[in-house]
Amino acid sequence: MNYRLVWRKSVNAVMLSLTGLCTLLTVSVLFFILGYLIWNGAGAINLDFFTKLPKPVGETGGGMANAIVGSAKLLLLAALTGVPIGFMGGVYLAEFGGKTFSFLVRYTTDLLNGVPSIVMGIFAYTMVVLPMKHFSTLAGGLALGVMMIPIAVRSTEEFLRTVPMTLREGALALGASKWKAIATVVIPAAFRGILTGIMLDLARVAGETAPLLFTAFNNRFWSPGWNQPTASLPVMIFTYAIAPYDDWHRQAWAAGLVLLGLVLLANITARVVLSRKLSSAAG
Amino acid sequence: MASSASTFTPSPRPALTGRARVFLLRLRSGDEVAHLITLIFASAILLITVLLAFELYRNSALSREKFGWHFLTTRTWDPVFEDFGALPFIFGTVVTSAVGLLLAVPVGVGAAIFLAELAPPRISDALAFVIELLAAVPSVIYGLLAIFTLVPLLRTVVQPFLKEHLGFIPLFQGPNYGVGLLAAGLILAIMIVPFIVSISREVLMAVPVEQREAALALGATRWESTWKVVVPYARAGILGSVFLAMARALGETMAVTMVIGNDPKISSSLFAPGYSIAAVIANEFTEATSDLYIHALIELGLVLFILTIILNGLARLLILATRRKGTAHP
Repeated sequence: MNYRLVWRKSVNAVMLSLTGLCTLLTVSVLFFILGYLIWNGAGAINLDFFTKLPKPVGETGGGMANAIVGSAKLLLLAALTGVPIGFMGGVYLAEFGGKTFSFLVRYTTDLLNGVPSIVMGIFAYTMVVLPMKHFSTLAGGLALGVMMIPIAVRSTEEFLRTVPMTLREGALALGASKWKAIATVVIPAAFRGILTGIMLDLARVAGETAPLLFTAFNNRFWSPGWNQPTASLPVMIFTYAIAPYDDWHRQAWAAGLVLLGLVLLANITARVVLSRKLSSAAG
Repeated sequence: MASSASTFTPSPRPALTGRARVFLLRLRSGDEVAHLITLIFASAILLITVLLAFELYRNSALSREKFGWHFLTTRTWDPVFEDFGALPFIFGTVVTSAVGLLLAVPVGVGAAIFLAELAPPRISDALAFVIELLAAVPSVIYGLLAIFTLVPLLRTVVQPFLKEHLGFIPLFQGPNYGVGLLAAGLILAIMIVPFIVSISREVLMAVPVEQREAALALGATRWESTWKVVVPYARAGILGSVFLAMARALGETMAVTMVIGNDPKISSSLFAPGYSIAAVIANEFTEATSDLYIHALIELGLVLFILTIILNGLARLLILATRRKGTAHP
């Protein structure tokens, strides 16, 4: 009897420490990634990296200025297409939606969120690249825009739902119509949260590579306007990483560090903003 | 209701009574317009999803007509003679995802148990945030690290070790390049653990505390209460998180493309290079010269789309089911 108790207690101790080990293993990956990128990439980040065009193969030096601008343009386009649809859809779900149709919209949003990014690339390819007959910033931006929709919908809906019912009732009692109450009271109250959600959404698509490979393609020079193929940071990292040149690897590390830095910064800022909001609402 | 209503005298102006009057009032104040506009945007989401499926179907017509269902079971992939079969890619996708899941599920569920059951709330929240950050790391960065750290490590240490001690199993035989199915499976495992942890943690935390208290009161150890009561209670939700992770793994493109070796072969060894559906689309789409080639690649995309839709659909239902169950017995 006693042996059995000892056995059970040791199983308990062993298994519980194993779960702790699993956690340690998982969490340490982030610090490994960050440390390794800084170790290899920090040295390659200099002014040239942000201001110069890539050099031809064989010459060292050069930078990724065109890729940085390209990524910014792609993200702008993505935000312009994805955010309005996502935001209005979220307002519908939180404020107007019935039961069945809302469930359908929510479920579809989840499914859309799970569609592999490479498939989104094919979608933008058939919708934009095929009719236009060439790769373009436009196509890449639209691919990223569709990818932004699901998270924009869900975060808008969630933050609108955290606005207390009493605020809506107060506005209605003062004689505002429902849409006025929503536009002038409810949305402003949830604005910071929604904005944070959209920032996270942007950070997510900023690192997407697969949908850009055959929509925005790549470009070793500046890409004027919206109709030309363009370079972007993630695609540059991919191209440089699988190339056989050491100097390109160095630049891939640098680009990776810049990209990861931006993504983590967005996530951490979002966390800080949201926690401050929650504590101020509680206090 | 009907009989009591009939006792009232009917209104002389029926156009302005009941629902019609309310509707007119609301229309005038703009509510119906706002409702309609947001409804249009919400419907646009449905429309985009349907359009996505339709475009994949339409633009794979040539390949579907020429190869039919044999597309899925043929192992040749020959762009020169335009003979296309998806089997090597389906094989690579399934094998790498399976390796990824085998490694990721125990670690992910273990970490979720630690975070939900053992860690103090503050620490649990902080660690869960770090894990969320991991899920936000772009996949091309995982690939970049895998090329320069994981692949050399596999080539020089892990695979020779496996070969020496487990070499009698066909899985661990054959030439050792570093890149290959095992490398892709490993990087997938690292990438999907965060998804399993954060969803499983949520699901475990939704298990009513009475369940734990009852088990502990009966004399169970902490581990027994967790493993025999809490985990079974949250079973469906954990399974949901695994399905979700599987869908991620199947569709993961960049990191896999960078380390799988990109060779459309089917071999029994995990050390051999392979090819996955997403990787072949990423690599060959811009090189595809003929319409049939492009259509074959898009049909691969269609296969991937259908697989992930099914997995996601199931996962969402399972997670929903656990959440409902959790609230039904407070």
